[in-house]
Amino acid sequence: MVNEWLTTFADRWTDIVDSSLQHITLSLIALFWAILIAVPLGILLTRYRKLAGLVMGIVSVLQTIPSLALLGFLIPVFGIGSVPAILAMVAYALLPILRNTYTGILDVDAPLLEAGRGMGMTRSQQLRMVELPLARPMIFAGIRTATVMTIGVATLASFIGAGGLGDLILRGISMVDTGVILAGAIPAAVLAILFDLLLAWVDRMVTPKGLRIRKEVN
Amino acid sequence: MKRTAVEFRNVTKSYGDKVVIDNLNLSIPQGHIVVLVGPSGCGKTTTMKMINRLIEPTSGEVFVFNQDVRKPDRAELRRRIGYVIQQIGLFPHMTIAENISLVPRLTNGKKGHDLTKIDQLLELVGLDAASYRDRYPAELSGGQQQRVGVARALMANPPIILMDEPFSALDPITREQLQDELIRLNEELHKTIVFVTHDMDEALKIADTIIIMGGGRVIQQGSPDHILRHPANEFVRGFLGEKRLSSHRSHTVADVMLPNPVKMSRYKGLAEAVQTMQRKRVTSILVADQDGRYRGIADTSDIYKRFHEESMTLGDVMRTNVPTLLPEMPLSEAISQVQNAPFGHVPVVNAEGKLVGLMTRASLVDLLAKPYLEEAMASGE
Repeated sequence: MVNEWLTTFADRWTDIVDSSLQHITLSLIALFWAILIAVPLGILLTRYRKLAGLVMGIVSVLQTIPSLALLGFLIPVFGIGSVPAILAMVAYALLPILRNTYTGILDVDAPLLEAGRGMGMTRSQQLRMVELPLARPMIFAGIRTATVMTIGVATLASFIGAGGLGDLILRGISMVDTGVILAGAIPAAVLAILFDLLLAWVDRMVTPKGLRIRKEVN
Repeated sequence: MKRTAVEFRNVTKSYGDKVVIDNLNLSIPQGHIVVLVGPSGCGKTTTMKMINRLIEPTSGEVFVFNQDVRKPDRAELRRRIGYVIQQIGLFPHMTIAENISLVPRLTNGKKGHDLTKIDQLLELVGLDAASYRDRYPAELSGGQQQRVGVARALMANPPIILMDEPFSALDPITREQLQDELIRLNEELHKTIVFVTHDMDEALKIADTIIIMGGGRVIQQGSPDHILRHPANEFVRGFLGEKRLSSHRSHTVADVMLPNPVKMSRYKGLAEAVQTMQRKRVTSILVADQDGRYRGIADTSDIYKRFHEESMTLGDVMRTNVPTLLPEMPLSEAISQVQNAPFGHVPVVNAEGKLVGLMTRASLVDLLAKPYLEEAMASGE
């Protein structure tokens, strides 16, 4: 049986590679937009904290909608294809990034900010030199969570014709061919794990050295 | 006349109905360490933060070198005033050098600072530049971090430095060290340092001028010595505490002398004198008449020198040329006489020539120990 699967893998190798690349592209585009929206929005919310509850609430509601249902909602408006798929993925990725940006910045010690202010930092210098560097590990953790989620949701994007590894899984299911199912499922799982590891490494790289030392000292 | 570095004119600060600073008028002379001290909630920190506009007054004006603080741009103003806060003030993600060079970098961008200046400042605050420059705050002890904090405040060479309880989180030994160094540093640099603390000992130690605050007002302003000698009212007395006050209060000889010294008539024989001295365990004996008139003083050596001559009396061996003190003499004048007296004993004789007591070096020690003894008694030990 395993031999049979391996032959399927070999036969469909180009298919697997193409689908994987499509999968990755979809996910990266979605992440790009999610970061572009959520990080500035998160920063903005720390400045207008009264709005934070409302915005965070809306984004959380988006998150609770089952992914397949969300895709369904998008079809009447955007039809099928990669656009609604990416929209859905962005919607899911927003919350972890937004929440972590917001709390990461609010977690920065108030006396530290006052020290900065007292020494003559402008609002933007405060953000650039103090808040963002100190919140960076937290923001990055949000991006990491969002990435793994996005790779998962991307598998469902095939339902609305956006391609990706979900295609192979769906095809396998309709053909009742376990080999084809696995040809989609295994790379999807591996991708998620791989990206998580990669980001864990990047995470360490973006943590300011002084903070890493602080953690070790404590 | 000293230039005024900071001036408050009719400054009031209130949050809603709560008045935190109540019509404050204050002038801080240039080149001094000025300590704002008072119990928590007295408005000292609020006052300090109004100098660099971290807090804006509700009404009134604050001037720095005769310029209204609202004139320059807020960030601009702050860069011209050094600021040191409690130990958390260093940015954990920046190296020591980056922390120190912060203010010039704010003005001139990334490379806008002088590397040799950083090293100089590190050395100035007692840290080896080569080994600390590239470290991170987490690798330094609390005391070292606060030294860096002081260096950072000096980097842009501001004429005024604000320090908000900078040493309060340090252990007592480190705190003492940094206080000493701050005093030394300012003897060199002559900055105007506005220092906020709730610790009266710290204030008395480092201040050139102390400003005691309470309830949003200045209760008293003056040199530490002036405040100790002339506390303005009960509030200041209470805040200073009896212990600190009594060590400075002007005492007279009568306050501390031994009121009933061992005395004998000048007609007594030497053997009897020795007996009495042995019984009372003293090394000298005062000679006085029945009516209390002072005649002289005799020390053990005076008596033993002539002991074998049986006809001798105290009147023959006593010294009559020993200086005496008046009971109402201020202690400050009496101290040197006690110190120079032949056996450390000086008879206290009143204006009518009567012996009223004896001053010894031990009485001075007793005076110093008195407040502590009283404290121990009060706490029931």
